[in-house]
Amino acid sequence: MFRVTRRYQFAASHRLHAPQLTDGENRKLYGKCNNPYGHGHNYVMEVSARGPLDASGRAVDTERLDELVAQQVLVPFAHRNLNLDVNSFERLVPTTENLAVEICHRLKEHWSATFPGEWPRLDRVRIAETERNIFEVKAHEIE
Amino acid sequence: MVITRKVEFSASHLCRRPELSEEENRRLYGAAANSHGHGHNYVLEVSLQGEPDPVTGMVLDLKELKEILMRQVVEPYDHRFLNYEVPPFDRVVPTTENIARDIWQRLEPNLKFGSTRLHAVRLYETPDLYVDYCGEVPCSA
Repeated sequence: MFRVTRRYQFAASHRLHAPQLTDGENRKLYGKCNNPYGHGHNYVMEVSARGPLDASGRAVDTERLDELVAQQVLVPFAHRNLNLDVNSFERLVPTTENLAVEICHRLKEHWSATFPGEWPRLDRVRIAETERNIFEVKAHEIE
Repeated sequence: MVITRKVEFSASHLCRRPELSEEENRRLYGAAANSHGHGHNYVLEVSLQGEPDPVTGMVLDLKELKEILMRQVVEPYDHRFLNYEVPPFDRVVPTTENIARDIWQRLEPNLKFGSTRLHAVRLYETPDLYVDYCGEVPCSA
């Protein structure tokens, strides 16, 4: 069994603000990330898939993986305001935890259209908001 | 406990299966099928699992690990054309997956010290693409 990981980057802005909390509570909880007009990051994302080798000597066709990631993540997220431009974050705070889950969910949902066989399977999504803040979710942990 | 040592080597390769047509190879491997080959700066991370020796405090002397990596992998691979100069890639397509597995097979018998064993091989073909291989078992989390 091999695990193949591909790294992608996209730049996007977000603001952390939970509507259930007061302005004061949001300020206290999220600090600078609650500033009213938002701010941005160069997100670095790793997508891992696992499987046995196929006849080509590869476990994952990375070109197809690139297409899936572009379609489901890079095109809708890159150079966007996550709160205002991505429906999923209309009511959900775009913390990088929630972003990782959303990305994993999108890839999982469209996985079988790209990879119709038993293998490869989506293994995990790892996303770095900055070099020091890194979030990882395994595909089997989410819906 | 898992300890990891990183080494690098530069090598050229091409991905092509002789039984397939030019068009099929092109469709399957894209630019990697170009007939004169191309190269990468491969980065290899080798991880061992074991317990620190109660006297030395080390799982394995990283200097010794480096010497094994140099002898078994870097010396035969570095500045070589894998398809032409490094068996088994005269008959096995040198995809990153197959190279990771060959490295595992070269290292595994040489990395048994007490309860210390080879744990994982991570091979970067570029900073944006890498393969993890842990032998013929599913890679654990």
